[in-house]
Amino acid sequence: MRLRHKNLLGIKDLTAEDINLILDTAESLKEVSTRDIKKVPTLRGRTVVTLFYEASTRTRTSFELAAKRLSADIISIATSISSVTKGETLKDTGKNIEAMNPDIIIIRHPHSGAPEILARSLRPAIVNAGDGAHEHPSQALLDLFTIREKKKRIAGLKVAIVGDITHSRVARSDIYALSKLGASVTLVGPATLIPVEIEKMGVKVSYRLEDVIPESDVIIMLRIQLERITQNLFPSIREYSRIFGLNSEKLKNAKKDLIVMHPGPINRGIELDPEVADGPHSVILEQVTNGIAVRMAVLYLLLGGKEESELTN
Amino acid sequence: MNLLIKNGRVIDPQNKIDDRLDILVINGKISKVSKNIVPQNETGIPSETLKEIKEIDVAGKIVCPGFIDMHTHLREPGREDEETIRSGTLAAAYGGFTSIACMPNTEPVNDNKAVTDFIISKAKREGSVNVFPVGSITKGLEGKQLSEIGDLAETGCVGFSDDGKSVQNSELLRRAMEYAKMFSLPIISHCEDETLAANGAMNEGFVSTELGIKGIPNIAEEIVVARDILISRMAGAHLHLTHLSTAGSLELVKWAKNLGYKVTSDAAIHHLILTDEALRTYDTNLKMKPPLRTQKDIDALISGLKSGLIDAIVSDHAPHLLAEKDVELNNAPFGIIGLETEVSLALSLVHKNLLDLKTVISSFTVNPAKILSLDKGSLSVGKDADITILDLEREYKVDAKNFKSLSKNSPFIGWNLKGRPVAAIVGGKIVYCLD
Repeated sequence: MRLRHKNLLGIKDLTAEDINLILDTAESLKEVSTRDIKKVPTLRGRTVVTLFYEASTRTRTSFELAAKRLSADIISIATSISSVTKGETLKDTGKNIEAMNPDIIIIRHPHSGAPEILARSLRPAIVNAGDGAHEHPSQALLDLFTIREKKKRIAGLKVAIVGDITHSRVARSDIYALSKLGASVTLVGPATLIPVEIEKMGVKVSYRLEDVIPESDVIIMLRIQLERITQNLFPSIREYSRIFGLNSEKLKNAKKDLIVMHPGPINRGIELDPEVADGPHSVILEQVTNGIAVRMAVLYLLLGGKEESELTN
Repeated sequence: MNLLIKNGRVIDPQNKIDDRLDILVINGKISKVSKNIVPQNETGIPSETLKEIKEIDVAGKIVCPGFIDMHTHLREPGREDEETIRSGTLAAAYGGFTSIACMPNTEPVNDNKAVTDFIISKAKREGSVNVFPVGSITKGLEGKQLSEIGDLAETGCVGFSDDGKSVQNSELLRRAMEYAKMFSLPIISHCEDETLAANGAMNEGFVSTELGIKGIPNIAEEIVVARDILISRMAGAHLHLTHLSTAGSLELVKWAKNLGYKVTSDAAIHHLILTDEALRTYDTNLKMKPPLRTQKDIDALISGLKSGLIDAIVSDHAPHLLAEKDVELNNAPFGIIGLETEVSLALSLVHKNLLDLKTVISSFTVNPAKILSLDKGSLSVGKDADITILDLEREYKVDAKNFKSLSKNSPFIGWNLKGRPVAAIVGGKIVYCLD
């Protein structure tokens, strides 16, 4: 039981088998977080470093808790307090961390390809916690985990991803993961935020959310960033919210068992009406809970995996 | 300075020569091109000179007019850590070139005759090949005020360009073209709409979509190509479009050439070889402007070379230090070196039967000479003995250690290539000889 990869750089590199292995492993690890003593000794003596070049609460906390619940030692490097602000290059920073012999480096970076640059030049396993608008594999894995838990399957589901596709690494990783496991994906958003030739990834594109809602089993809403207005990618929050925001009115035609997801942080009242965010379709907080189990599985499998019995002891 | 080059296959497109001939060089000039030259039988050669004639047998090799690369960056003055006139011209010689034109984006910018003078005199003292400076269109490349184009022309600039930037102000470009016309020199356009290209790091297409990297769309180039053609038509000026990269640009050039406008163009060698698929490695030595496009664009550029829509092949040799390039793709500067791999890569297209040898040689000789009004590019009797000798069969692996350029930012390091220049002769002087 081990992943056939040294690193987790993106979902694109994984097979359906790889993804299922991670999800199955996460399922057995999820229980650990419900115990009074939320810790197993599996990764005792292993060192995990998080290297975040972008602000993040959820993802970093989730990785940190995942490492701690597996008994790994974890050090977090935030760029504002490190030598990065003194102009050190990514490679040099990586080499310096490597010299301290960590087993895994978890990196988030504003530019696509940064984790791959580290993976090519460093010994430790590299986990991509989001690079530019490229990939965010652990988010896609926790999304799939949540969908599988709720729907008992992935294949054959109709999934809509709604919002700023162009700038979303979550969208790309979700597209790869969902497609590999046999779901069909429809992207919904303003034409200005749908990147060129994305249909070649095997997805459909729609500009009308209300047309897509009735057929959807899952809707993943993406966060819209206000700076896109100054880039003339849409004219106003009010108009965006009216056309692409999700509210109970639009959900009238939805399937009863539709689930609504969001990678967070939510812009309440913009892409997601509070009624929906806190409503019966929403599984947003379960995504957060599941994130820890999925990340535990990723760390565990990358560090070689052990027998199942040892894991649950 | 006195040579007898024997038994080569001489290809001189301007003089419509393709034959096994000898070339006699006396006092740095082409003295005779003919079969079986015996210098002793020639009239008017002093006996001391006869004794000095060095005989070179180039049987099995191709002998051409000296190659010209009309688009390079030598970085001197200002960035002598990246390249100097000495190192850049040596790289040119080792790449088989005998003449190069250098772009004005030095520090300070070549926007006045003092800088032009400096480049020309430094090149005379330290250069391995002929150097023809290109002056800037606008002062400081700022796109605001015309450079002293008359002074620059008189001092020796062979054309005008704000290369690296694209003049965004159409009125200013119109005036530049009208003004340059008085000196019979071309405006060399780097075509890029800055608003459409803003923050882009690669071609906009499926690959940029998958990688989540901001793309530079084809129309960023094509809109400016169309605009510049229209301005040149109005101004009646010679427009040269440099490093065209898209199929759409070629359609516009076709339109302009069919109507007889004074429009010429070139393509950079890397745009004939690589596509944006290569960027999946995030190798910053694949980042340049314009960006690597798609196979469809390569096909259009190659058929453009065949049909004459594209006149010249260039390197756009752009040296950058390893430290500048060894960063994330978004943060890396644009540009790659090319002088030392350009000819071999062009010959690889001949080996693949995509281009014929004469087209390649024309694109390095007679065509760029005409565009820049250089008294170069042929083996006519009486001309400077600038000669490039090729071995089409020679195979080698590109090794950065052998580069004469001070910079090593090439995506072709490690490539196995077939066909390479084996000698370059400038004014009768052998500046590069492989064997």
